Amino acid sequence: MTVPLLSVRGVRKSFTMHLRGGVHLPVVDDARFDVLSGECVVLGGPSGVGKSSILRMVYGNYAVDGGAILVRHPDASEPVDLASAEPRAIIELRRSTIGYVSQFLRAIPRVAALDVVAAPLIERGRPMAAARDEARRLLVQLNLPETLFGLPPATFSGGEKQRVNIARGFITDHPVLLLDEPTASLDAYNRDVVSGMIEDKLAKGTAILGIFHDEVVRERVATRIVDVSAFSARRAA
Amino acid sequence: MTSPLLSVRDLTKRYGDRIGCKAVSLDVWPGEVLAIVGESGSGKTTLLNCMATRLEPTSGSVSYRMRDGAMRDLASLGEAERRLLMRTDWGFVHQHAADGLRMRVSAGANVGERLMAVGERHYGQIRDTALDWLGRVEIAADRIDDRPVAFSGGMRQRLQIARNLVTAPRLVFMDEPTGGLDVSVQARLLDLIRTLVAEMGLAVVIVTHDLAVARLLSQRMIVMQRGRVIETGLTDRVLDDPQHAYTQLLVASIPES
Repeated sequence: MTVPLLSVRGVRKSFTMHLRGGVHLPVVDDARFDVLSGECVVLGGPSGVGKSSILRMVYGNYAVDGGAILVRHPDASEPVDLASAEPRAIIELRRSTIGYVSQFLRAIPRVAALDVVAAPLIERGRPMAAARDEARRLLVQLNLPETLFGLPPATFSGGEKQRVNIARGFITDHPVLLLDEPTASLDAYNRDVVSGMIEDKLAKGTAILGIFHDEVVRERVATRIVDVSAFSARRAA
Repeated sequence: MTSPLLSVRDLTKRYGDRIGCKAVSLDVWPGEVLAIVGESGSGKTTLLNCMATRLEPTSGSVSYRMRDGAMRDLASLGEAERRLLMRTDWGFVHQHAADGLRMRVSAGANVGERLMAVGERHYGQIRDTALDWLGRVEIAADRIDDRPVAFSGGMRQRLQIARNLVTAPRLVFMDEPTGGLDVSVQARLLDLIRTLVAEMGLAVVIVTHDLAVARLLSQRMIVMQRGRVIETGLTDRVLDDPQHAYTQLLVASIPES
């Protein structure tokens, strides 16, 4: 029996808006699903149903009100519960186990696109030259014009930034990869390239959890769709 | 697992009846950047100064893991030990460079002075190291004999950073290091700090009221209000999903970027 790399168990999430008179907004209630090695689980359902909130909780970016999010590195015997982990444990999980491609690139001033992409490898101790070679290979694969490699992405178009972001997220071999609409600003050709890159990750055993509004991409990469409406805290309202 | 580099326990600082900071406990771990944020008067600089032994706490303790691995209560250090620690294993970057530099001696001497404090005596080597450090903080080699009074605000701040890092400290305190600088100068300084901190594996405690600075540099964050810690956590978690009313107000007050 395969042990899931990611197991979401009874997770709850709500927001309290203190600046709006303490309005309480329940978003997710009793979310539960597993993601196995080599599987691409897609979070489905209409917008506002809590897909992004779930993804962000799994990355430790949103606080969790209740339940457990068990993340297991393939080499570790025991999973870590991300819902209750100390910040330092989450930092370590992000280094070793969970990668994340956000929808938008948060550009760092003055850092060239090539170095933005190479940074995760350098942080893991890969020599600068080797990390840059790998970054270049990915950016070429994603058809980013070579003239942009040495420039900071702040002035790039949406699609160019997104490709830099994808390259940065795909350059490591994290066993669990979270994708938040990675193809939203891409043309059909580059969507195809990214779909191929996702398939390569799956073939290597990466467990992927993602949000894809693009039907073509979703049809191609999803091994299973989890309907988030079932966990929506607003379903009873 | 490693142990903390610096531990603060139940630290309170009063100025007469007024509270500077109250009942603060926190740990700083090797190689991490911890941001302390809050508005003016929230007690963040008081806390920083107590941690760096520049102020004496009213109650509570600050301990530090010395290079020999022993955890020492900083209040128990003698004055000579404390000074040695501050000159070698620690750095302190002030908001106003004039507070952290000697404005009337050359840039090279500002950097070299800290080296002499750790026992370096060879003039040629001191000058070579100073030159190397000026390069790392992007100050042209031909400015080595100029005094910082002749430098721009951004250059002074970069020189202050070189002066602090030349002894390869393990922990650096920073008090609003980018405060009062033009935005473009600020971006350059932030990038420099970010790069050096990562290269040297420094632990940094940085006080800032600028949440963008905290997001760019720190992994963990502490939010203070009226002398108390009201929220702590991963920097991106605190900024993207703030729990406390005051943190929500802070985050809501910055323009989207």
